[in-house]
Amino acid sequence: MRAALFVTCVNDALYPRTGVAVVRLLERLGVTVDFPAAQSCCGQPQYNTGHRYETEPLLRRTARAFAGHAHVVTPSGSCAAMLREHYPRIGRKAAEEGRGGELADLAAELAPRVYELTEFLVDVLGVTDVGAYFPHTVTYHPSCHGLRALGLGERPRRLLAAVRGLDLVELPGAEECCGFGGTFALKNPDVSAAMGTDKADRAAATGAEVLCGADNSCLAHLDGLLRRTGSPLRTLHLAEILAATEDEGPPR
Amino acid sequence: MPAFPPFPEAARQAVGDGVLRANLRHATHTIRDKRARAVAELADWDRLRAAGKAVKDHTLRHLDHYLVQLEEAVTAAGGTVHWAVDADEANRIVTALVLATGEREVVKVKSMATQEIGLNEALAAAGIAAYETDLAELIVQLGHDRPSHILVPAIHRNRAEIRDIFRTEMGRWGRPAPEGLGDDPRELAEAARLHLREKFLRAKVAVSGANFMVAETGTLVVFESEGNGRMCLTLPETLISVVGIEKVVPTFRDLEVFLQTLPRSSTAERMNPYTTLWTGTTEGDGPAAFHLVLLDNGRTDTLADATGRQALRCIRCSACLNVCPVYERAGGHAYGSVHPGPIGAILSPQLRGTASAIDASLPYASTLCGACYEVCPVAIDIPEVLVHLRERIAQGGPVTRNGVRVRIRPARGHTAERAAMRAARLLLDHPGALSTATRLLARARRLRPRRLPGPGRAWTDTRELPELPAESFRAWWTRERGTPR
Repeated sequence: MRAALFVTCVNDALYPRTGVAVVRLLERLGVTVDFPAAQSCCGQPQYNTGHRYETEPLLRRTARAFAGHAHVVTPSGSCAAMLREHYPRIGRKAAEEGRGGELADLAAELAPRVYELTEFLVDVLGVTDVGAYFPHTVTYHPSCHGLRALGLGERPRRLLAAVRGLDLVELPGAEECCGFGGTFALKNPDVSAAMGTDKADRAAATGAEVLCGADNSCLAHLDGLLRRTGSPLRTLHLAEILAATEDEGPPR
Repeated sequence: MPAFPPFPEAARQAVGDGVLRANLRHATHTIRDKRARAVAELADWDRLRAAGKAVKDHTLRHLDHYLVQLEEAVTAAGGTVHWAVDADEANRIVTALVLATGEREVVKVKSMATQEIGLNEALAAAGIAAYETDLAELIVQLGHDRPSHILVPAIHRNRAEIRDIFRTEMGRWGRPAPEGLGDDPRELAEAARLHLREKFLRAKVAVSGANFMVAETGTLVVFESEGNGRMCLTLPETLISVVGIEKVVPTFRDLEVFLQTLPRSSTAERMNPYTTLWTGTTEGDGPAAFHLVLLDNGRTDTLADATGRQALRCIRCSACLNVCPVYERAGGHAYGSVHPGPIGAILSPQLRGTASAIDASLPYASTLCGACYEVCPVAIDIPEVLVHLRERIAQGGPVTRNGVRVRIRPARGHTAERAAMRAARLLLDHPGALSTATRLLARARRLRPRRLPGPGRAWTDTRELPELPAESFRAWWTRERGTPR
């Protein structure tokens, strides 16, 4: 089995450990990982803020970078939703506006090959026990795009529940948005922080040591709030927990 | 129309108001949990949702046909139909109709359409007093306040606040509050009942909206919980209904779907306590004169937009408000419109246009979390419309205004953002430049500031910045695996 890693711009620049964890995890499960160099940002910040035209070159770049790869795996539910749900929409709009069908074709060709990490593990590789070891109390925040746009359902929790040593505690109000919302965090900082504070407080009240998620951008927002208040609760991407083993621990 | 501040500014005040936040949190969580239980009782909810969407889409596609059919049916049943292109025209029509009766008072059934056009204020200017009879609307009216929720307009008020409003204000409008009124819900409801009874028995003219209008029969329908609406719809001699043109459905049978989905989505009830249907006039029974004012006020323009028109499917259940985490913190007033919450964020900028600061800020009043789409009983993809409207604001585009197709320019204040987005895109579209940028950033990691200048301050005011790693993933891959292919 081969898979191409779409690491996402946030992970590339700010959370390389998550990318390293995905590589280590997939290789442990017998997957050969490719990292196409031409990849960049998916264009979600531009698209969600209303700058659709700025998104188009990034759609073209992403689709071309992953052409010919049967499985494109990404450790971000939000970026996966962008490629799978919004790229076809952007392609259709460009075609409607009479700018050729190239973007529509590229998007339609790419979308069905895109997998968020937990989908790839559970649906394609057919595993829930990835052989991880992480002796900590963990609570899981399902980010909105993974939850509602992709319908990840119980996949992340099933993967976490199979990790040896891990004590998974339920997060009350888990399905409520953390308040990050991309540029929402900058355009509506007060509401964003109020939502995030409620989420962070509930996570801290579970007594967990680690708040885990499958989207580093949501975690960056929550982590920033937790650290500002001096909370001992740490945030960690799901991939880093799944990559952790008794011998090596989580990737550093 | 007062100028409302843009959403982020109005929301900031609400976020800082602890009482308001507690009131909103309690109310929205109670009703959202109840709604989830009521919806879970129906095994065919998904099909009802799809059917509701289909009925509305079909009607909107052939709206001209069904409105003409409705007009014919209402006229044949003894009613009179008036067409109003905008709020001013609707207000002029209603005012003239009331003045023609010789009355100077009207009782009102809770109605979003009359709120939208500011009817009470227009009637007051003509020397006509309009009395709200819905309990929550009464609280809002007596409190010289604005509604903050579609279904529960006084959701932002708690019991003690309501008691104080009743004590000080009721006497100025009619029967005063009973001596020593407490804040027990029963006591408050009884005080309102006595105050309103006097008005029901005196009123000769009533003004209502409608939840639905049936084209084939000319029947109008109001769903309500208290029975106050039914008093207004049956006791007075003249009934004037102001209804948005999107409220029409083709046949009586179509109501079957909405009779199930509307109460469950809004009040979390299997069936609302009062459903009143009326068709024209009937000799010796109910109002002797019935007028229907069909209101456009931006709806035809909205209909012309292929993505945005789905907002017209809305049946005003308010389920989206009750699940919205942004509404829960910001409150309804922050939306600067009678339509607050997620639906308001897509409806107001379409009905009113995006020229004002508040309307240009509304499509950004969402994290695009999708909870609103998930609960919507007519499957309005609110996040899709939000992004569509953001596009209109950020990069301009075609819109229909007063029936004319025009191209609007990007909204003011988005120039810097557009430049930043373009610069980011240029960088991101050149991975070589991008990796140089991340390398430079990594070298500056020790300088990590606690407060950023400019727009970055919005982040660092409340949150720490992420720690910068020593190397990017791309650099790690190159070091470990050689040049990426």
